[in-house]
Amino acid sequence: MSTMTPVSPSTPSPDELSRQLSGASISLRRRIANRTSSGLMVLAFLLAAVPLAVMGVQVFSQGLAVVTDVAWWTEPIPADVGRADLANNEQLNDLGFGTSGTEEEPNSSASDIVLGMQPAIVGTLLTVLGASAMAIPLGIMGAVYLNEYGKKNRLASFIRFMADVMTGVPSVIMGVFIYSIWVVNFGVDGKSAFAASLALACLMLPIIVRSTEEMLRLVPDHLREASSALGTRTWKTTLSVVLPAALPGITSGTLLAVARAAGETAPVVFTIGFVTQTNWSFTGQNTSLSAQIYSQFVNGGSLATQLAWGAAVTLVGIVLVLTLTARFITRHFSVT
Amino acid sequence: MSSETLDQVVPPATTFEALAAEQAEAPQPVERQVVFEVDGLSVHYGDHKAVRDVAMSVHRHEITAFIGPSGCGKTTVLRCFNRMNDLIPIARVEGKLSYHGVDLYDRRVNPVEVRRRIGMVFQKPNPFPKSIYDNVAYGPRIGGIKKRSELDEIVERALTQAALWDEVKDRLKKSALGISGGQQQRLCIARAVAVDPEVILMDEPCSALDPIATAKIEDLMTEMKTKYTIVIVTHNMQQAARVSDVTAFFSTEVNPDGDLRTGLLIETDSTATMFSNPSDERTENYITGRFG
Repeated sequence: MSTMTPVSPSTPSPDELSRQLSGASISLRRRIANRTSSGLMVLAFLLAAVPLAVMGVQVFSQGLAVVTDVAWWTEPIPADVGRADLANNEQLNDLGFGTSGTEEEPNSSASDIVLGMQPAIVGTLLTVLGASAMAIPLGIMGAVYLNEYGKKNRLASFIRFMADVMTGVPSVIMGVFIYSIWVVNFGVDGKSAFAASLALACLMLPIIVRSTEEMLRLVPDHLREASSALGTRTWKTTLSVVLPAALPGITSGTLLAVARAAGETAPVVFTIGFVTQTNWSFTGQNTSLSAQIYSQFVNGGSLATQLAWGAAVTLVGIVLVLTLTARFITRHFSVT
Repeated sequence: MSSETLDQVVPPATTFEALAAEQAEAPQPVERQVVFEVDGLSVHYGDHKAVRDVAMSVHRHEITAFIGPSGCGKTTVLRCFNRMNDLIPIARVEGKLSYHGVDLYDRRVNPVEVRRRIGMVFQKPNPFPKSIYDNVAYGPRIGGIKKRSELDEIVERALTQAALWDEVKDRLKKSALGISGGQQQRLCIARAVAVDPEVILMDEPCSALDPIATAKIEDLMTEMKTKYTIVIVTHNMQQAARVSDVTAFFSTEVNPDGDLRTGLLIETDSTATMFSNPSDERTENYITGRFG
């Protein structure tokens, strides 16, 4: 049965035409291929979504209880939770309980401990703010140079290439880099929110440069020509026509870089130090949510684990808010 | 420095008004004043010679039309007049193009200053994604005018000149992208007029418009030539015949050393002569539709 009816000058009868248009003449083989491919695509989507869903459920079920307590946002991180746990366990063991006793209700000395995470929340916000203040202006200006001035000259090609390489550098290398050039030189005092900001800024910079450049490239050239034809210098054209037109895209790309930096652990662990009291300053040791997740899991023990899960939920929440903001901005102020 | 060079030869707008009044009083005939003098102009894009050996002159308060088949370099030549080709990195211009006697491609000439005096309207309407008001006020603001009342006045005058004021006066704050294509093109003309240029270059300004909008813009050009000098590129021969005083016919020749074609100027003459009794056979063939 031929399915491809050539378009002929004589139109088929209405009945025949409606049969053809309904797709009834499509061969069985093609219909099976169609069904199979559609099914495989749905399956692939489900497989991709499962880890995400499981992760979400796990993080929120473990950590939500701690986060909903106001103390979590206002109180310092309890010191020596590991030792408190340990003491608790030893006590239980002394009393002749088995190892399963660790699952029992903690005794009074441990339940007095208030689970707070304010220092890490403040530390994360500080480092991300510091990193953004350094990387966003520099990154946008770099992208403006690449797309509006350098274009294809050697320096621009070199910078573009280096930015691409930097995007691929593992984040732990940025941490070691800032550790070796900043923290080592200043000793223990070198570890600070500022040092962590430096490491995160190194991480964000190439992402911002490349994403902003892509957005600037989307601005149609006829707008630049229209502006130039009125006797406008390139810098003025960039400020008054090109950047405003690309702003929604730049904002969302930048916020994604910020969100990525907020979640980074390795560069922060090397550079931020450790505190349990809130430190609102860029100087002096500090802590962050990602550093807390890492160190509390390493500490082990039920209280430390609770702290880690709580920090995880808080971090996911912050990143989620940033991502949603980026989406909202892109959708409502799209490039014209 | 470059601006000084230009200022010496170009009368500022105020004396221009006086000059116009003087000319109106003086008995005719008024001598045709040369604005652009082109001689031996060639443009290369990389290794490719796009147009060669253009020689012509453009006179004040006249509409000069460039006609010819696609790819003959009309737009390329037009873009030389306000140095827009500078924005194309691989473009290279050779030969002489003088504006009131000043070589536009002299090293001391600043293209930004050139473009303030020689405005341009593009083929596709290209308003900025801003309000109608901000589009027209863009040029004057770049020129340093900040006073609101002054800007209001300029915007109204420019929009009136572009025959758009009555249609948009109630929605000046609305986006320029929300008006029709014909209105957008007139807005672009208003935007060019707002900086009070001496010359307006138009690159197929009506090719994206319907016949009604086209007629409006043609009427507009005829009105505008009392104040400005206009050079227009058009694919529409009837349009050239209707609006222009002088017509330049461009054509192409096949390169002996490549597949790409090179454009060249066949002849320039008054529009009446060009369309009734052209001196070159190629012009006649094109105009009568026998062009290969």
